[in-house]
Amino acid sequence: MYQYDQYDQQLVDQRVAQYRDQTRRYLAGELSEDEFRPLRLQNGLYIQRHAPMLRVSIPYGLLSSAQLRVLAHIARTYDKGYGHFTTRQNIQYNWPPLETVPDILADLATVEMHAIQTSGNCIRNVTSDQFAGIAEDEVEDPRPYCELIRQWATLHPEFAYLPRKFKIAVTGSERDRAATQVHDIGLQLQRTADGELGFRVLVGGGLGRTPIIGEVVREFLPERELLGYLEAILRVYNLLGRRDNMYKARIKILVKAMGIDAFASAVEKEWQHTRQDPALQLEDADIAGFKKHFPAPAYRTDVDTAGADRLLAGNADFQRWYRRNTVSHQQPGYRAVVVSLKAKDRAPGDATDAQMEAVAELAERYSFGEARVTHQQNLVLADVAIDTLEALWHELDQHGLATPNVGTLSDMICCPGLDFCSLANAGSIDIAADINQRFDDLDYIYDLGELRVNLSGCMNGCGHHTVGHIGILGVDKKGEEFYQITLGGSSSNDATLGDRLGPAVSKDRVVDTMESIIHAYTDLREGEESFLETYRRVGMKPFKERAYA
Amino acid sequence: MPNLIRDRKLVDDDTWTHLDDEQPVPASGDVTVSWQRWQAEADTLRNRDGRLGVRLDGDVPVEELAGLTELPLIALHFPAFKDGRCYSHARLLRSRHGYAGEIRAIGDVLRDQLAYMERCGINAFEIREDRSADEALQAFDEFSVDYQGRSERPFPLRLRRS
Ligand code: SF4
Repeated sequence: MYQYDQYDQQLVDQRVAQYRDQTRRYLAGELSEDEFRPLRLQNGLYIQRHAPMLRVSIPYGLLSSAQLRVLAHIARTYDKGYGHFTTRQNIQYNWPPLETVPDILADLATVEMHAIQTSGNCIRNVTSDQFAGIAEDEVEDPRPYCELIRQWATLHPEFAYLPRKFKIAVTGSERDRAATQVHDIGLQLQRTADGELGFRVLVGGGLGRTPIIGEVVREFLPERELLGYLEAILRVYNLLGRRDNMYKARIKILVKAMGIDAFASAVEKEWQHTRQDPALQLEDADIAGFKKHFPAPAYRTDVDTAGADRLLAGNADFQRWYRRNTVSHQQPGYRAVVVSLKAKDRAPGDATDAQMEAVAELAERYSFGEARVTHQQNLVLADVAIDTLEALWHELDQHGLATPNVGTLSDMICCPGLDFCSLANAGSIDIAADINQRFDDLDYIYDLGELRVNLSGCMNGCGHHTVGHIGILGVDKKGEEFYQITLGGSSSNDATLGDRLGPAVSKDRVVDTMESIIHAYTDLREGEESFLETYRRVGMKPFKERAYA
Repeated sequence: MPNLIRDRKLVDDDTWTHLDDEQPVPASGDVTVSWQRWQAEADTLRNRDGRLGVRLDGDVPVEELAGLTELPLIALHFPAFKDGRCYSHARLLRSRHGYAGEIRAIGDVLRDQLAYMERCGINAFEIREDRSADEALQAFDEFSVDYQGRSERPFPLRLRRS
């Protein structure tokens, strides 16, 4: 993975010192609440329901074992012993006292980490595919481009006070695992017929109050033009995006207001200038230099590729886990392992300090000392030799990290909701727990096939409910927690926004309603049809009839 | 105490006066006028004894910047420090239009934004009256590296070190 040089290190060290002084000035009354707010936000610190919340940046989801250990140390020392991994591949701590944040940032800096631009109206952490560099359907490894974008965006002087937050995602595979169609900018690596590498560029996607699927602003952007083009989009947005109403300030609203064609031509016009800027031009050597940071690990060549087959004949528990939680790999004899953070008794995406320590150690022993965070709020050990899978499975299981449920109903995306978030209308973690309790038969869950259930505690949509196959959104009805259910959403290649089932249901009805929907599906499905396919074929009506019967 | 910083130094002999649109234009002395006034009265404003600058805010389209490069001073107004539009105006004035005069930030100008402003090409800062310009000077030394380059160091790190 990318290693800091002295300049990168200097920058994060100086950032810590700067923020330490800003915190001191705030506590001394020299900075007003209003003046301090964007400063702390751009260092990841929110003020939440019970305490501040600190969001730490995990650039495109990559972590070394040393970094994981520091994340565990922070959970233990400054928090209540756990952290929450987010859909944007970051980690959040829910209880760090404001005065300790400079110390936390200093600890992070010792392992080349920071919380820069993890919130606030600026360019956020760039996200990507958790299987980057190993996916069988990969066109090109997106990580070097992600790092280029990270550097370009970090403390960019012109774009620190944008109209609103700005999120970029990059995918290098056929199958979009980075939800690029619901980002402010989505970049999809492509190769032309004559082998030239570049990006399809989407703009104006996003969830939240006004969910919108992004539109293509440029069908093909040669790779060396990446930064000039991004700069052009950001400049157009910085100048023209609305600032009078925070709910209309995202780039998606600007794109809708101008129309994609007018927006695209404004960007093209600006790009004719930015592409001449030597500071933004990428030479082949630059790109090659970034690629050098992401070499293939030293794979063993003596792996017994039949090893897993033998195991599959035996232990049924291992089989389940192998089928659900491991993924095929470019390298013969290797698989990627998804470490499920969706155990029944834990909030989705949460990991304790001990679990983080365990993953750090297992990564060292089984996967070249690296781990990844997924959009789906799990972790990944990307390079595991198949003849070591069984041993790894045993060890993960001891730490409660081998729940064989990846991609199933119980692999829910879930925001912190009412338990932690001051914006929430309703709880989400408790609904996830109720769902887990009701659907606790693994074989039944497997029979349901791929099913994405996403939960958000309010319309800001951090739990991506609008793109869940089943989406559950907390709403407030006269002070009571109610839930709006949507069906048929997707954030994959066929990105779609879910349709409303009907009137919101009360908290004690959510799981029953879910069950009716699931029953409707199992009755209606034909052959191997997935939930989403069935829904698309039959439409809302039969689901609705069952749900409100 | 002066509240103006120019080229990283406190300035206590600033000659510029910002004229409201209603204020009569004095026959001499250095004045700035609003963009609207400058457009309406450009000819008369030129025929006087003293220098002329113009004040812009984020509403002024960046296409208009090309016509301003002869002016000795362009003031960029930040109505609230969170309104980041004029960072783009500053950057374009310096990089695209080769503007060499003074670019001065006015309005809600605070220490914690100065470094970004300077890296975009703003070289003078009227620090908000209730804050110390002297203390704000420290803002310029907080970072010795950046990824995007700035006027005196035009190439970003990524190229310098490869
Ligand atoms: S969706 Fe709403 S409740 Fe959930 S984390 Fe986001 S803002 Fe908070």
